[in-house]
Amino acid sequence: MTLELRGITKRFGALVANDHIDLTVRAGEIHCLLGENGAGKSTLMNVLYGLYTADEGEVLIDGVVQRFSGPGDAMAAGIGMVHQHFMLIPVFTVAENVMLGHEETLSGGRLDLPAARAKVREIATRFGFHVDPDAVVEDLPVGVQQRVEIIKALSRDARVIVFDEPTAVLTPQETDELMAIMRQLKDSGAAIVFITHKLREVREVADRITVVRRGAVVGEAEPGASDAELAALMVGRPVELTVRKDAPVRRDTGLQVQDLVVTDERGTVVVDGASFAVDGGEVLVIAGVQGNGQTELAEALVGLQRARSGSIRLDGRELVGLSVRRILEAGVGFVPEDRNVDGLVGDFSVAENLVLNRLDGPPFARRGMLQLGTRDEFARTKVDEFDIRTQGIETPVGRLSGGNQQKVVLARELSRDLRLFVAAQPTRGVDVGSIEFIHKRIVATRDAGVPVVVLSTELDEAVALGDRILVMYRGRVVGIVPSTTPRDVLGLMMAGIAPERTGAA
Amino acid sequence: MTTLAPVPASDPMTEGARQVTVVSRKAPIAFAAVTALVALLLLVAPRDGSTRFRFSDEGDLLRLPDVAVPGMVTAWVGVAVAAAVVAAGAVLAARRRRVPVVLTLVLVLALLVAFLAWAGAGSSRDFSVARLIGGSILLAVPIVFGALGGVIGERVGVVNIAIEGQLLAGAFCAAVAASLSGSAVVGVVAAVLAGALVALVLGVFTITYRVNQVIVGVVLNVLVVGLTSFLYSQVLVPGAERLNETDRFAPVAIPGLSSIPIVGPALFEQSVLVYVMYLAVPAVWFAMFRTRWGLRLRAVGEHPKAADTVGIKVERTRYRALLVAGGIVGIGGAFYTVVSVSSFGKEMTAGAGFIALAAVIFGKWDPVRAALAALLFGFASNLEGALSVVGAPVPSQFMLMLPYVVTILAVAGLVGRSRAPAASGEPYTKE
Amino acid sequence: MSHAAPQDPRGGQAAATDATPGAPGDVVADAEVPLTDTDVVHSRHGGTGPADPRWSEAFTRIVSGGWAVSLGAVLLAVLGGSIMIAVTDEAVRTASGYFFSRPSDTLGAVGSAVGNSYAALFRGAVWDYRADDVATAIRPLTSSLTFATPLIAAGLGVALAFRAGLFNIGGQGQILVAAAAAGWVGFGADLPWPLHMLLAMAVGIAAGALWAGIAGLLKATTGAHEVIVTIMLNYVAFYLLSWLLATPGLLQAPGSANPKTPPTAQSALMPDLLGPRYNLHLGFVFALLAVAGVWWLLHRSTLGFTFRAVGENPSAARVAGVDVGRTTVSAMLVAGGLLGLAGTSQVLGQVTTGFGSDIDAGIGFDAITVALLGRSSPLGVLAASILFGAFKAGGSAMQASQGVPIEIVLVVQSLIVLFIAAPPLVRAVFRLPQPGRRRPPRSRSRRDRKAVTA
Repeated sequence: MTLELRGITKRFGALVANDHIDLTVRAGEIHCLLGENGAGKSTLMNVLYGLYTADEGEVLIDGVVQRFSGPGDAMAAGIGMVHQHFMLIPVFTVAENVMLGHEETLSGGRLDLPAARAKVREIATRFGFHVDPDAVVEDLPVGVQQRVEIIKALSRDARVIVFDEPTAVLTPQETDELMAIMRQLKDSGAAIVFITHKLREVREVADRITVVRRGAVVGEAEPGASDAELAALMVGRPVELTVRKDAPVRRDTGLQVQDLVVTDERGTVVVDGASFAVDGGEVLVIAGVQGNGQTELAEALVGLQRARSGSIRLDGRELVGLSVRRILEAGVGFVPEDRNVDGLVGDFSVAENLVLNRLDGPPFARRGMLQLGTRDEFARTKVDEFDIRTQGIETPVGRLSGGNQQKVVLARELSRDLRLFVAAQPTRGVDVGSIEFIHKRIVATRDAGVPVVVLSTELDEAVALGDRILVMYRGRVVGIVPSTTPRDVLGLMMAGIAPERTGAA
Repeated sequence: MTTLAPVPASDPMTEGARQVTVVSRKAPIAFAAVTALVALLLLVAPRDGSTRFRFSDEGDLLRLPDVAVPGMVTAWVGVAVAAAVVAAGAVLAARRRRVPVVLTLVLVLALLVAFLAWAGAGSSRDFSVARLIGGSILLAVPIVFGALGGVIGERVGVVNIAIEGQLLAGAFCAAVAASLSGSAVVGVVAAVLAGALVALVLGVFTITYRVNQVIVGVVLNVLVVGLTSFLYSQVLVPGAERLNETDRFAPVAIPGLSSIPIVGPALFEQSVLVYVMYLAVPAVWFAMFRTRWGLRLRAVGEHPKAADTVGIKVERTRYRALLVAGGIVGIGGAFYTVVSVSSFGKEMTAGAGFIALAAVIFGKWDPVRAALAALLFGFASNLEGALSVVGAPVPSQFMLMLPYVVTILAVAGLVGRSRAPAASGEPYTKE
Repeated sequence: MSHAAPQDPRGGQAAATDATPGAPGDVVADAEVPLTDTDVVHSRHGGTGPADPRWSEAFTRIVSGGWAVSLGAVLLAVLGGSIMIAVTDEAVRTASGYFFSRPSDTLGAVGSAVGNSYAALFRGAVWDYRADDVATAIRPLTSSLTFATPLIAAGLGVALAFRAGLFNIGGQGQILVAAAAAGWVGFGADLPWPLHMLLAMAVGIAAGALWAGIAGLLKATTGAHEVIVTIMLNYVAFYLLSWLLATPGLLQAPGSANPKTPPTAQSALMPDLLGPRYNLHLGFVFALLAVAGVWWLLHRSTLGFTFRAVGENPSAARVAGVDVGRTTVSAMLVAGGLLGLAGTSQVLGQVTTGFGSDIDAGIGFDAITVALLGRSSPLGVLAASILFGAFKAGGSAMQASQGVPIEIVLVVQSLIVLFIAAPPLVRAVFRLPQPGRRRPPRSRSRRDRKAVTA
């Protein structure tokens, strides 16, 4: 079976997400769709899967034009999809999730659950998974949930299977297993579309590679192409991700974290006995595959997550047990992972957002009254200093671009008198120009003698920005190593394999 | 030189994340609190004399003798049983086991007996057990139908604050249709349509126009009150004979079942709508948890986007479920004007829709539990009458208040853990 | 031009789910609409608590709908009311019996039924043009303002809660407990005016605040949804008041078996503003002060700033060091206090001869509609309250002179809110332009210069 996309164009208002994209996928091959986040890959696949309707262009299967009015039609045509964010009902069992949408029934309209269980077992055995059909999905680890997604697609006899950024939530080892599954699927005659922005994975499994940039196909490449070639195609200019910085000048004071344990509301330990120290004047990057406790660790530092045990000392002062407000007052600056959810109030103006956490007293508030004049003056200064491109200080911050929004957060946090700076994924969803600016400001903060903790899932950023790198796996600190550590060692650490303590750090 | 060694005891693929078990002690605590309250009542306000329970009425085939028990002793026995249940619950919780529903029922029953024995002590009148049960059923019928509709709505992702409006619209239309046609059955059909019509309006605004569901629900209630009251004054009052005088359903005794002692007449000598209720509760449960319709409905209420990606039409599913739910609530509305009384009156549902909403939450979005909760609330309302007969020193208003207080405790998580369908209340926007 | 600028390969606004695509700062259309790249974090927060984005979305919609839509909604609703009056009118129905032989009769009957009704409404609400002198003619207007008085205070209470992201459906209960408390001081205490009045007001406002505070406290500590809790508290308050009114020695008037209180003492009354000919009382002034106070609170005080921050984005507020739980409780306390003011103005100004358990007179629910129509802004609430006050005053007049049941007001009122809540519907009917497309013009030169230097 051959799947062909011809001249697909999809616009959102004035925005062209897909611009006349052509793509052909054949049975028995793995076709990689490579591109940066936001290049238009997911939009294209949502068109293919019937979630979006294309403005122009057509989808052909074995040369026949298809009309998909919804995912149901796409599935009927043999297209399956493993979504980046699993499309599973958390409170349903595996069998229920697999049967949903094409349920078979017994007499009296009863659901045929035994048949669904049998089907799950059959497919799982075929590919050597271990999945209990009666397990409730929300209780399963992420990797297993992804297999349920694959079983779901296969149970509908999908001949084309689209994997949308499947490795974002996986450890390197789980990723390897996924690659093996993809090859197995390919050998059984399926056509695989593999969407990713990670070059290494592409080289490993791809039979053909299509690179997408800014909504358009910018080139095709052979699996043998070098990283540099692929990266250049993807980004459109040579990438340089080095941050110029001097050797750290350490100060004695700083952050000491000892045996920190954090649990989520269901009692699962998300940070498991973390201990580390950050001196004034150094950047510690906390790295690891997403979802291994880094977020919770950062949130515990600012009091957003309650520590179950352990201590966090800043310049000798205990922070555990203090409210967020008190910790902010103690001089902790924080750039949250998702600025739209945690960092900014979208409908508030730039000026209001710049003083969001500074309204407890002078100069922006006196006796419970807002000091609007002082605030506006401050805002104008910061807009200039941080090069925030906005219509004016009264513009709602939600109308700014990602990079400029992040600068608002940064300006707010760095304008305070800091004794510790914590930045979670500071450059996520930010344009290249702003990335450089943000990196420079972080290094400047370090140079001013402030201990800096940066969370990053991007290994490149971790290596470029950090003086030392702390890798987390399943809530535990696998190790703390210099940023000069070879990448393969860092990669193994991200899979939970620790460098022996005598060796590194 | 860097050598690598695995972190001890971590086989990444098999080992789940470490758990620190958080045991919810809320249920045993709530049990204990209620038991202690009743015990306190007995201590503070002891009453002399005996309490009489009547188990059969004049016409019954099998006559059982009345039972007179010493009030305070019986009450304390009830409290003791309740205390035993509390202890059992505590043991189960300590062993991290779930407290079964049966235990809860025993506790409720024991405390009820204790309370009744205390309240009726020394009174010259007696409690008619048959009337206690039968009256509760009658008061509970609209609440049960309302709760069933509410459960369906929330399970598919639409919070239905407008149950009250649906009941009222059902009552109104049943009255008019039954009066005009002379047939109570036609009245019920009209009520079903009326309930579905209110649901349709709710659907148009919440599903199609994505207006906040609470706003629409609140406003629809006001709209239905306004419409029915306006039409009542303007049309029904002048033409009362033709438009507002129904032939009610007569009670039908089910042969055999109705002659069971004590509960027979109370449960099985009722009008046909009560039997419809008996069937509706298991039917809704079956449809919701055992059929394709129910699976898809719950999927849409939990994760609409996931449902969409497997080809389920989210909006259509929501509309259909909402219409069915509205129809079911409509039957409850018809109960007012073709069973309870034979004419419509302004705002005659008097908040039953909100008790139904309370039952939905107290019943944890489960049709059977919600129906049981509705029965409990019906019982509380009915007790008001029984207590005033025996002259108990409990103000009726507090009995009437009970369902609402219990629901507040339930949503505050003090009575078990409630977990609403994840996408309930959320409009679905397909990008 | 802009292509020379560094591009944003990671989807500059991919994160800005609610941001208008192509907002300032994003030069070209390279960004993908943020379906998949960002909602992971949203879902992490979205499912965890009552602070769901859906509420804030609703509030945004309420607040930003545009006044044209409000006007359209009112027109549509009045039209709906007219149809109801016409089809239920006796004369119209008689005439429609022979519609096809003399259609003009039907149309005439419709015209006179609707026309007379609205004329009566106008006479009852604004200006009685049949009156002999001006003093009598303006009485309806003052009567509308009297009806508006508790609506203003109550509407402010609901609106303020809205702004803090809270749905206060418990107006009825808060008014009832406030009325009970204020009434108890009002006839029980023996103090000179104005001390007595002020004390009664303070006690009533405090009672309303505490009653609402229960819902706030439960939400803050256990996550119990305030919609359910406030609804249930309405009934608890109702039965509590019923019990107080039925129990001798508590609120029941001595020597009476009716569930009714004694009259409010003279020294506790809110005096008439315009003399005894008009029933407009001092409560109206308090309500106007409340409008100013709430405006100041929301826009000039730190407390109001935290209210709005929590209402718009509780997660960000929490990260900024705001104690969301405490803010929730404070917001409910202030909201309940405002509803308490409505309750006190009922018993100290409006129903002064003793009251029963219907003292709330539906104001608790009217307050919700007022807040929605007024788009949760203090001045909007003021305007909406006066409109609804006029409907109430005029509705009574309409019932008296035309026999049109006053419930028509409820119908019109709820239709207004339904239409307001669904702007697309009203826009479709009146062919109004869609919002959101109008973006502020960008100052191109400045932006481009900056883009190059970036």
